[in-house]
Amino acid sequence: MAGTVPTTESARATTTRELATAGRAQRGPLLPILHAVMAEHGWVSDEDIAVIADVLNLSRADVHGVVSFYHDFRRTPPPAHRVQVCRGEACQAVGAQALYAAAQARFPAGGDVEVGEVFCLGNCALGPSAVLDGTLVGRLTLERLDTAAAGWTA
Amino acid sequence: MTTVWVPCDAAARAVGADEVAEAFAAAGATVRRNGSRGMLWLEPLVEVETDAGRIGYAAVRPQYAGDILAGNHVDLGVVEDHPWLADQHRVTFTRVGRHEPTDLAAYRSDGGYAGLERALTLDPADVVAEVTTSGLRGRGGAGFPTGIKWETVRKAASDLKFVCCNADEGDSGTFADRMLLEGDPFSLLEGMTIAAYAVGASEGYVYVRSEYPDAIATLRRAIDVARAGGWLGRHIAGREGFTFDLHVRVGAGAYICGEETSMLDSLEGKRGEVRAKPPIPALVGLFSQPTVVNNVLSLATVPMILADGGEAYAALGTGRSRGTQVFQLAGNVKQGGIVEADFGITLRELIEGYGGGTRSGRPLKAAQVGGPLGAYVAGDQLDLPMDYEAFAEAGAMIGHGGIVVFDDTMDAADMARFAMEFCAKESCGKCTPCRIGSVRGVEVIDRIRSAPDADSRHQAFVLLEDLCTTMEKGSLCAMGGLTPMPVRSALRHFPADFAQNPPVDSDKNPPIVHFSSEGSTS
Repeated sequence: MAGTVPTTESARATTTRELATAGRAQRGPLLPILHAVMAEHGWVSDEDIAVIADVLNLSRADVHGVVSFYHDFRRTPPPAHRVQVCRGEACQAVGAQALYAAAQARFPAGGDVEVGEVFCLGNCALGPSAVLDGTLVGRLTLERLDTAAAGWTA
Repeated sequence: MTTVWVPCDAAARAVGADEVAEAFAAAGATVRRNGSRGMLWLEPLVEVETDAGRIGYAAVRPQYAGDILAGNHVDLGVVEDHPWLADQHRVTFTRVGRHEPTDLAAYRSDGGYAGLERALTLDPADVVAEVTTSGLRGRGGAGFPTGIKWETVRKAASDLKFVCCNADEGDSGTFADRMLLEGDPFSLLEGMTIAAYAVGASEGYVYVRSEYPDAIATLRRAIDVARAGGWLGRHIAGREGFTFDLHVRVGAGAYICGEETSMLDSLEGKRGEVRAKPPIPALVGLFSQPTVVNNVLSLATVPMILADGGEAYAALGTGRSRGTQVFQLAGNVKQGGIVEADFGITLRELIEGYGGGTRSGRPLKAAQVGGPLGAYVAGDQLDLPMDYEAFAEAGAMIGHGGIVVFDDTMDAADMARFAMEFCAKESCGKCTPCRIGSVRGVEVIDRIRSAPDADSRHQAFVLLEDLCTTMEKGSLCAMGGLTPMPVRSALRHFPADFAQNPPVDSDKNPPIVHFSSEGSTS
C-alpha cells in the first residue's frame, strides 16, 4: 500500500502521526497510542486509524478491531457534556436504575448532554455514583444532577 | 500551625473532600492528603493532629472548618481507636489512610520494604516457599494458590519473564484494589518487586482500568518516587544485577479485561479476547513469555508475608482459606467501607455488625457476594462463614470480597435479567455460549415474566436452566461460566419474583436511597 500514503496530511493526521511515532517503541503500543489520540482529539477518526496502522505496520482492520472492542474509544466527536451513570449492582441497590432513567429523560438523545452507562466506578459504598464531565460524584440525587446541569445549559 | 488530614481517595473526593481541604487551607491549617481509612460512610473524614493522636471528624463540610480548628465541633475521638477500625485485623490494608500515599519515607518508617529486604537475603526458591507456606490464595476471585503459580514461573526457562498486576477491578461492589492503589501504592510495588526477584522477572506491568483515574495518577507518581529512591530500576536496594522496572497500562472500559488472559491480550495491544487454556500464562503469558499474573491485593500482601514469615500469615484464617480477606461493604448498607478480617468471619457479622444493616432501614432481602458473577445470598444464609470452600458448598463464591447489600425493594428477576444483560454487553465474543447464551438468557427471562400461563412459564424455566448449564459448562472463561450463578441463585431463593410481570415503566424501579445519616457521627 506504499503508493497510497498521501504526500500531504491534514494537521490532525500529522499530530496523530507524531503521537503514534512517540509511542511506537514500547511493548504492545496500540492501546497507549489510542489513549493519547483520545486525549488529544477526544475521538478516533478514520484518518487516525489509517495513520496509526501505517506507523505500527498493522492493517487498518487490525486497528479498527481494537478501537471497536473497547468502550472508551469513541468514533464520533464528544458532546459538550457527559453524564455517565453507574449501573453496577451496588449502585442499583440504591436506586441507580431510577436515576439512569431520569437522566435519560432529562437529557434527550441528540442534545448537548450525552447520558451514558458505566459499570462500576469503584464508589460502591457511597452510591448512586456518576461521572459528570469527568468528575466522580457519589450519593448522587436528581437535585444534584439538576444543579450540575444548570451550570451547563445557562 | 495545626496539621489536618483530608483523604484524597476518590470516594472521599466524590463527596466533597477537595472542597473541605481547600476550606482548611484557607483557614490557615496545614493540609495533608492521606488515603481513606475505609470508613466510607463517614467521608469526608477529617483528622486533626493533636498530642493525643489524630482526632477524627465525620462527614465534614467546608463550612465546618473554622469550628473544627477552634475545637467547637463534635468529634469521633482518636481515629485509630474507633471501634469499627480497631476491631478489624488489618494486614494488607494496615497502612492505608495513615500516610500521604507517595511519601516514601513514611512508608519506610512504617515497615515498608522490610519484606523485600528480607527476600533479598533468601534464595528465590525460598521466597516462593515462604509464599507457599503462607497459604496465600489469589485475591482476584479464583483463589488459586499464589506460591504454586510463582513456582511454575520460577522453574520455566526463559531469558524474559514478566510480573503483571491485574488492577482491572471491574466487579461492582469491589473497590479494595482502587483504595490500596490510592492509599498505599508502595506495598504493591514492593510485592511485585519481590515476585520479580522470586521468579526471575525483569519487567512488570500494572493494568489499571480507565475508570480509576486517581489510582492511575497515584500509581504513576509512586513508581517515579520508588525509581528515584532506588527501589525500582537497576541494582534494586543496592543489589548488583537485580533489575526490575514497572509500567502502568490503562484499560479502556472493557470488563472482560479483568480476566487474566484477556488482560494479557489487551496489554499486547489487541482486542481483549480470552485465550483458551492451556497453555497457562505462567508458562506462555505476556508476549508468550512466562508470566506471573496476580491481583493487587495478592501482591500487596506479599511484603508482610516476607517480613513476618509465611507461618505468621498461615496462622490466620480457617480451613484452606488462610490469612485475612479485605471485605468491601457496598450497596444498600448503612456503614459501607473496607473491613479486613480473618477468613471465617460470618456474613452476618459483616453486614449487620460492621455494616449496621441497610442504609434505607428496610429489611435486608439479599446480598450479592463476589461481584456480578457471584451468587445472591438470601437472608437466611447470613451465618455462612467467609471461607472459599464453605461458600462453594453453598453454591456461592467469595470472589474478590465484595458484598453488595439489597433491601426488600430489590426484584430478583430484574437482577437475574441484568446479569444476563451485563454478560451480553461485556462478553468478549470469542465463545458462543457466552456471546449468544447471554442474549438468549435475557429473552428467556422476559418470556418467563410475561408467560400467559403456568405451562409456558414452566417451559421457559426448563429452557433457562438448560441455557445456564450450557453457559456454565461450555464457556471459555468465568464470564460466561459464572453468569448462571447470580441467575440461578436469584431463581432458587426468590422464585416469586419471577412470577410477576416485567416492569412496564421506570416508576417500578427501586427508589433512590438518600443518605439520611449524613452529618451524623455514629
